[in-house]
Amino acid sequence: MVSVQDLELLRRTLQRDLTDVEVACFDNLWSEHCSYRSTRPLLKTLPTEGPAVLLGPGDDAAIVRFSDTCAIAIGMESHNHPSYVDPFDGAATGVGGIVRDVLSMGARPIALMDPLYFGTLDAEKNRYLFEHVVSGIGDYGNCIGVPVVGGDLGFDPCYAGNPLVNVVCVGTVHPDRFLTARVKKPGTRLVLVGSSTGRDGLGGASFASRDLAEDAEAEDRPSVQVGDPFTEKLLIEAILEMAEIGKVLSCRDLGAAGLAGASSEMASTFGAVIHADRVHLRETGMTAREIMLAESQERMLLEVEPEDVALMGAIAEKYDLSWSDIGEVIAEPRYVVTFHGETVADIPIDLLVSGAPLCPWERRPYQAETAFVRPATPVKELALRVLAHPDVAEKTWVTEQYDKDVQLQTVSHSRDAAVLRLEDAALVLSSGCNPRHIYLKPYEGTANTVIENASNLACVGAEPLCIVNCLNFASPVHPEISWQLEQSVLGLGDMARTMGIPIVGGNVSLYNESDEFNTQIKPTPSIGMAGKSDEVRRWKPAEEGDLLMLIGATRPEFGGSVLDAVTGCGGMAPALADPAVVAVVRDLGRSGVVTAATDLSRGGLLAALAKLAPQSRVELAGDPLEELFAETYGRFLVACRDESALAGVEQHRVIGKVGGDALTVAWDGTSFAITPEELETALATTTRIMRY
Amino acid sequence: MRFAVVQFGGSNCDRDTHHVLAEVCGVETDLVWYKDGLQQPYDAVVLPGGFSYGDYLRAGAIAARTPVMQDILRHAKEGRLILGICNGAQIGSEAGLVPGTFTLNAYPKFISRHVHLRVENDTSPFTSAYRKGDVIKIPIAHKEGRYVAPPGVVETLNREGRVAFRFCDEEGQVTPESNPNGSVENITGILGGSACNVMVMMPHPERASETVLGSDAGIRIFNSMITHIEQHG
Repeated sequence: MVSVQDLELLRRTLQRDLTDVEVACFDNLWSEHCSYRSTRPLLKTLPTEGPAVLLGPGDDAAIVRFSDTCAIAIGMESHNHPSYVDPFDGAATGVGGIVRDVLSMGARPIALMDPLYFGTLDAEKNRYLFEHVVSGIGDYGNCIGVPVVGGDLGFDPCYAGNPLVNVVCVGTVHPDRFLTARVKKPGTRLVLVGSSTGRDGLGGASFASRDLAEDAEAEDRPSVQVGDPFTEKLLIEAILEMAEIGKVLSCRDLGAAGLAGASSEMASTFGAVIHADRVHLRETGMTAREIMLAESQERMLLEVEPEDVALMGAIAEKYDLSWSDIGEVIAEPRYVVTFHGETVADIPIDLLVSGAPLCPWERRPYQAETAFVRPATPVKELALRVLAHPDVAEKTWVTEQYDKDVQLQTVSHSRDAAVLRLEDAALVLSSGCNPRHIYLKPYEGTANTVIENASNLACVGAEPLCIVNCLNFASPVHPEISWQLEQSVLGLGDMARTMGIPIVGGNVSLYNESDEFNTQIKPTPSIGMAGKSDEVRRWKPAEEGDLLMLIGATRPEFGGSVLDAVTGCGGMAPALADPAVVAVVRDLGRSGVVTAATDLSRGGLLAALAKLAPQSRVELAGDPLEELFAETYGRFLVACRDESALAGVEQHRVIGKVGGDALTVAWDGTSFAITPEELETALATTTRIMRY
Repeated sequence: MRFAVVQFGGSNCDRDTHHVLAEVCGVETDLVWYKDGLQQPYDAVVLPGGFSYGDYLRAGAIAARTPVMQDILRHAKEGRLILGICNGAQIGSEAGLVPGTFTLNAYPKFISRHVHLRVENDTSPFTSAYRKGDVIKIPIAHKEGRYVAPPGVVETLNREGRVAFRFCDEEGQVTPESNPNGSVENITGILGGSACNVMVMMPHPERASETVLGSDAGIRIFNSMITHIEQHG
């Protein structure tokens, strides 16, 4: 609910009591989810501009030029709290929401990525959440025909009781023809298209800005929306057909805070009168407050000229969608709601959409790194345990549930970055972050996340175009979390500036804590990155006889590594890497002298070898633990026919050769071999656990 | 020569299939919204993949009862070609164009992966560009794709050469391990109609029609149809 202080401020400003509809509007629109009260000054520090950016943050999705005839619309959202309460529907509607954000730009949604973070798979509840979140994403994305081409998957005890479900959606639109979500002129009509409105999801925006109490599941179930992907698919085709004829002046998806949120933000360039009684409903007896705040899914609000209303209605009906003409844009900066002739809200629109006072939080640094304690376990056993950790193991149990090929654009997926053909070039996508590293070093860890995603793109020769982010954190009421959030955002912005990648949109999800498990999530500023390559390259493994080369220097950075996760060895988290190596590898990839490339991330060199050259022989130069398991950023494993391919590349060395009947690792006169069967068994761990 | 790709609410491979027919195969192809019906005689009708009516009730069940199906059944009776892909196959079986039905996968999850098929019939209008025993790589993407039919029906299909494709391994061996969804006798392509002029299949040939996407082994289905129409008018 609106805090006592906020309510007092509003009474003073308006010099009267608020109606219940007004209170409800402020409750939702002044929530963190809608107004970024805790993070606005911090978010302002991020670099958002670049020559390719046609529309930056602030609209439903950003627009970035891909070519003279094609722009991408890109957005990223979280649906964390609903996915804990009802994992299937929570995750499904998370997909639906971000797809409509892209659609509201007049763009056809073409790809999805899902960074997901769960508690460990030894607990039945975490397996349940994992299974149903994946099903929810799959059922929704598959049905609407938008391929899930990538994502991230992390497991850590901190997410028990608070899993994270983030979704990136990318669409395409002509660079001169995208829509925005701001009304263009007074006198126009506001037309609501799509599902009828019911009492589902009441108060979802304020629900999202709260931590989860023990009884969250039972008590909050009415706050979770249920998705209908069939209607969403009809909505996609209908809205695109309406946009195609050029009669849509502006367009907005109904998401958090329902019609109140969408109509007030959309009309904030002028003002609006909404007739709540004209909304098509699926339940009887709904009050104005319920109609304005309900988060029923699959609804869009369009601004059209009065003479075009009937035409829009006809297109909606072609697709069996309901619609209603629910209001008009007015010149006065007021947000007015009427219900059966009675005015139930009348508020200065600026106060509603941008008047929320900021919440300053106290910040206090912390230090969580511990000294490295060398595990006594034999190296081969450590290797198998690292490979079997679900952060490293094969993700086919997940990715097979997603239709990756619909729309005939997916060239390559599931490795480093996804490659989609787009016109005669490639759109390359990557997403994720490393929460364990970021927890230990919030600034460096988040900066390294930018490098890591750009590295994924470089492996297929692509240059970054833009970043979207989803800042998932615990409650900033704790000074340590507030500091963590600040450091993380600064690290993100600084590295994005250094690498010249604009951050064009994002979402903030705070209060990710669980009373039930007494946990706070580790900082999880997951990002989505889109890039372009002029040539379409498919990711492929190394070939028999190739030399294996390691680019970049390795340091004993074990803190937050997968080795740390399986042994508790501790150690320092990776320091800030030098991003210059990314462009070097990108050029190598483009020149065609390397047959395969992958960057080193979770699971270090060992995981990279398992992926790129599972049957090969490598010779380590130093400490085997450091060489195999450290997760220093800015490193790549590449395969090429001969060493001259890397002439002039700093800090590279030959570490082995592809071939043989196992993955053989030798150092200092000793060695071990992992047979293909052992490797397959370790990498199949997630599938084995989940397929019961 | 003119093809029709029928769009139901919830179809999502309609544009893909149109792209392959019109741009890759170069045949004139109309996208036909189901409410408009077949307004002219077509040489071939394709029922594309997707989730018509959101798979509500049963996959394909509602689409199979829309008025456009009367046009399509008439088209089939006239001996002209119908290809049902994925959801189109489910609609085809629900409409009685082939015997048997497609139900929930043995492992009851959606499954999207590249599989291998063995060509069992190389004389039909859909498979003449293959040789019997060819092994082709092609993607599947479905949750209700397990083909089931009573033993007598399967026996008839086998006897009459109406099995077009079976799931197999890379070497062409039809094994339980190479059966991704539990279909009876690994069957996933079924021929119907008096002159084998109907084929339904769960795999997506339109997704295996351009080498840049990983395989062009599926395009020979469309090419077989084009050849058949050229030869038989």
